[in-house]
Amino acid sequence: MMTRPVIVPPATPAPETGAEIALSVRGLTIALPKSMERRFAVEDVSFDLRRGQILCVVGESGSGKSVTANTLLGLLPRAMKTTAGSITLEGREVIGMGAEDLRDLRGRVVSMIFQDPLSALNPLMTVGAQVDEAMAAHGIGTPDTRRTSTIALLQEVGLPDPALMYHQYPFRLSGGQRQRVMIAMALALEPTILIADEPTTALDVTTQAQILTLIRDIQRRKGMSVMFITHDFGVVAEIADSVVVMEKGHVVEEGPADRVLRAPRHEYTQRLIAAVPHLRGDDRPKPAGAEEPPVLEVRNLVKTYASGSALLRTRRVVPAVQDVSFRLARGSTLGIVGESGSGKSSLGRLLVRLMEADSGQILFEGEDIAPLPEPKFRSFRQKIQMIFQDPFASLNPRMTVGTILTVGPMAYGVKASDARAQAHEMLQLVGLDRGAFGRYPHEFSGGQRQRIGIARALMFRPRLLVADEAVSALDVSIQAQILELLERIQRETGVSMVFITHDLRVASQICDEIAVMHKGRIVEHGPPSQIFMSPRSDYTRELVAAIPGEDFQRGAAAVALT
Amino acid sequence: MAAFLLRRLLQSIVLLGIVSIIGFTVLNLIPGGPLAQYALDPGMTEADRLRIASQMGLDRPLYVQYLEWASRMLQGDWGTSYRDGNAVLTVIARHVPATLLLMGSSTVIAVGVGTWIGIRGATHRNSALDYMSTVGAMIALSIPTFWFGLIGIYVFSLRLGWLPSGNMYTIGDGSVLNMLHHLIMPSVVLALVHIAIWSRFMRSATLDAISQEFVKTARAKGVPERRVVMKHVVGNALLPMISLAGVQVPSLLTGALVTETVFSWPGMGRLFLDSLSYSDYPVVMGLLMFSAILTIVANFIADVTVALVDPRIRLA
Repeated sequence: MMTRPVIVPPATPAPETGAEIALSVRGLTIALPKSMERRFAVEDVSFDLRRGQILCVVGESGSGKSVTANTLLGLLPRAMKTTAGSITLEGREVIGMGAEDLRDLRGRVVSMIFQDPLSALNPLMTVGAQVDEAMAAHGIGTPDTRRTSTIALLQEVGLPDPALMYHQYPFRLSGGQRQRVMIAMALALEPTILIADEPTTALDVTTQAQILTLIRDIQRRKGMSVMFITHDFGVVAEIADSVVVMEKGHVVEEGPADRVLRAPRHEYTQRLIAAVPHLRGDDRPKPAGAEEPPVLEVRNLVKTYASGSALLRTRRVVPAVQDVSFRLARGSTLGIVGESGSGKSSLGRLLVRLMEADSGQILFEGEDIAPLPEPKFRSFRQKIQMIFQDPFASLNPRMTVGTILTVGPMAYGVKASDARAQAHEMLQLVGLDRGAFGRYPHEFSGGQRQRIGIARALMFRPRLLVADEAVSALDVSIQAQILELLERIQRETGVSMVFITHDLRVASQICDEIAVMHKGRIVEHGPPSQIFMSPRSDYTRELVAAIPGEDFQRGAAAVALT
Repeated sequence: MAAFLLRRLLQSIVLLGIVSIIGFTVLNLIPGGPLAQYALDPGMTEADRLRIASQMGLDRPLYVQYLEWASRMLQGDWGTSYRDGNAVLTVIARHVPATLLLMGSSTVIAVGVGTWIGIRGATHRNSALDYMSTVGAMIALSIPTFWFGLIGIYVFSLRLGWLPSGNMYTIGDGSVLNMLHHLIMPSVVLALVHIAIWSRFMRSATLDAISQEFVKTARAKGVPERRVVMKHVVGNALLPMISLAGVQVPSLLTGALVTETVFSWPGMGRLFLDSLSYSDYPVVMGLLMFSAILTIVANFIADVTVALVDPRIRLA
C-alpha cells in the first residue's frame, strides 16, 4: 500500500474519526446473476452511518436499498456476490468475514427488522421463545434470566400484558404488535446498530405513526445508530437525521435530512419528493353530472361474516359492513378510506357483486342490483368494472395483452375485429403503444401492468369503476402517473369511480368526496376540504394526524406561498 | 377443537357407509360368486345349488343382503368365512399383525431416510446428493415394487446369502431376532418408493420454508445455521408432511400386499388374494372395511396431529 500524507489540509471539513462512525460503506459493488437486466444490484455505493443518528436510505423498488441492507449482515442470497468495496461495522470489516464471525455480529452488534411483520415471525413458536432465542443464540444468560429480560423487553416496546404476551403465538397479534415483537427481538442484546428495512410499509397509517415514534424513542434512549430503509419521503421527514437517496443501484444524493427535503439537488430526488402524494385540502371542481340522478346509490348495506358453529356455541360474528349508505354522482369519484379491517374492501366486493350483501340496496342507475340473481346481474357486469391492487397477480401470465383485453368483450358477443380495434384504442388511451397488444404481461413494469389492468376495465366502456387499492403496490413516482391517468380517463369518458385506499394522501389527490370507514361503518363523509382540514369525527382526526411527513409538507407549502 | 373432532367423526362414519356400499355392490357384480365352485360338480343339481344359495341367504335381493351384513357389522359381527367357517374378525386378526409390522417398519425407514434426503437436498441445492436423490427418486418411482423384490432376493439371498428370501420365520426358530432378519428385505423394498415420494415432498416443503421471512429473521438474530435449519425450517416444513403421511397409508397398504406376495410374508395381502379366488366374500368385505378404517383412522390421526402441532389451528 502507498503511504499517505498524515496531515490533510483542512480545505474540507475534517474527516470523521472512527469513533463517530458506527457503520461505513465504501465503494460497495454487488453483482447480479448473468441473466438479469442489470449487471450490478448496487455499484460503488458509499455512505456513513454516524453514531446516534437515524440515516434514511430512500429509493424506489430496484434501487438496491434492501440489497445493501442485507449485505451488511451477510444475508445476501447466494446468487448475489459482493465484487468490490468494504463495509466497516464498529471498526470491523464485514466483507470476507467468516460465517461464524458474522453470526456473532448479528443480533449482538447489529440487529435487523423487516418489512412484513406477518411473515417475519415463526408461526410455530411463541413470541417469548423467539425473543429468548436472540439471547440464547449468543449464549447470554440462563433460561430464567432470559425469561425475565424477555418480559422486560416486551414491556419496553409497549406490548400490553407482557407476561401473558410471552406465551402468545404470532397469529394472535396484530401487525403493529408483531412489529413491536420484532423490535423487542432486535433490542434483546442492546446492539449499537439497528437496520430497519421498510419496517412500517405494511402497517396502517396510525400503527405506522406509533412504530415510528417507538423507534425514534428507543434510538434516543439507547443512543443507537439506525439505518432506516424506506421509499416514503413522508416517513423520512418524520424520522431522519440524514438521508441517502438511491436510484438503480447508485447513490445519487446524500446529506442532512433538512437540506435534502427542502433543497434536493439531484433531479431524481426532486422528482421523488414532488411525486409524494400530499394532502390536498382543496376540493375538485364539481363534475358536470352532479345535478343528475346519481350513478350509484347505496342504502343501508350490511354484510356480516360468520365462522364457527352455532350448535357448539363457537360462533363468531364479524360485522364487515354495517349500515353503509352513500351516493355517487355521475362523473365523480368517491374515496373509501380506512385501515385494514375497516370493511372498505368488503364494501368494494359487495358493489361488484363478488360477494352477496346480507341486506340493503345497491341502486345502480336507479335499479337495485343487490337482490338480482347472477344471470340477471350479468348484463350489469359490463357497466361496473374493477381495477385490482396487485398488477403482477391480476393479469394472466399465459395470455398476451391483446387476449387479456379482448377475451371479456368477446365472451359477451363482440366481434373479434371490433374488440381488437377497441383494444388498440384503449391501449392508446392508457398511454401504451400499439406493440403492447401482442406481448405478455411479464414484459411490462408494474406501472405498465396497472395501465393494462385499467385498459381491461375500460374495454366495456363501463359507467362505474371500482378501484381497490389500485396504486398501493406501485412506487410513488408511478403512483402519481397512474393517478393522473385515472383523472384524465374520468375527464374524457365521464366514468364514475369508487376509489378504495388506505392512503389518505392518495385519496385527497383524486376524490371529490371521501367516506372514512372504521369497523364497518362510515364514520365521516364529506369533501376533502372537510375531511383533511376540519375533520368532525375523532377517528378521522386521528387518521389525518398519523399521516407521516405532513408537517413538512405543510411547511413546504407555506414556504412556497410566501 | 371439539367441533372439529365431532365433525370428522361424523364424516368418517358416512364415508365408511359409502365405501361399504360400493364394495359390496362391486363384489357381487363379479361373475361367478360363492356358488361358482359348485357349478362344475356333476353330482349337484340346480335345485341343490338353489338350496345352498337360500341357506346362505344369497337368493335375497342385494340390498337386503347388504342391510343384514351392515347391521351385523355394526354389532361387531363381521360374518363367517365361507372357506373355513371361522369368524371373519378372527381370520383377519391372524394376518393383520404381520402386515402392520411390515407397514410400520417401512414407514419408519421411508420417513427417516426420505426426510433426511429431502432436507439435505434443499439445504445443499444442486449438490451431488441433490442430483443423485432426484435421479434415484425417479428410478424408484418408475420401477414396480415387485421387481425390486425379485432383484433383492436374487442379490441378497441367492448370490450373497445374507438375507432370507421369504417367510417370517425360519421353521423351528420363533425368535424375534429371526423375525427381524426376515423383515429387513421386505420392509426396505416396500420403503423404496415411499422414500422417493417422501424425499421429493420434503425437499420442496423445505425449500418453501427456507425462503420464508422468519428464517431470515432467525439468521439476523445470530442463530447458528444448524439450529436455523432444524428448528425454524424443518419445523415448518414438516407440517404439510404430516398430512402427506396420512394420505400415504392406502398406497403403503397396497404396496404391502404386493411385497407380501413376493416375499411370502404371511399378512393380509396373501389372505386377500386367497379369499378373492375362493369368492370368500365375508373375508374380502372384512378386509375392505379394515383397510378403509385404517385409512380413515390414519388420516384422522394426521389431521389431529397437525391441529395439535400448529398453534394457528390448535388455538383458533
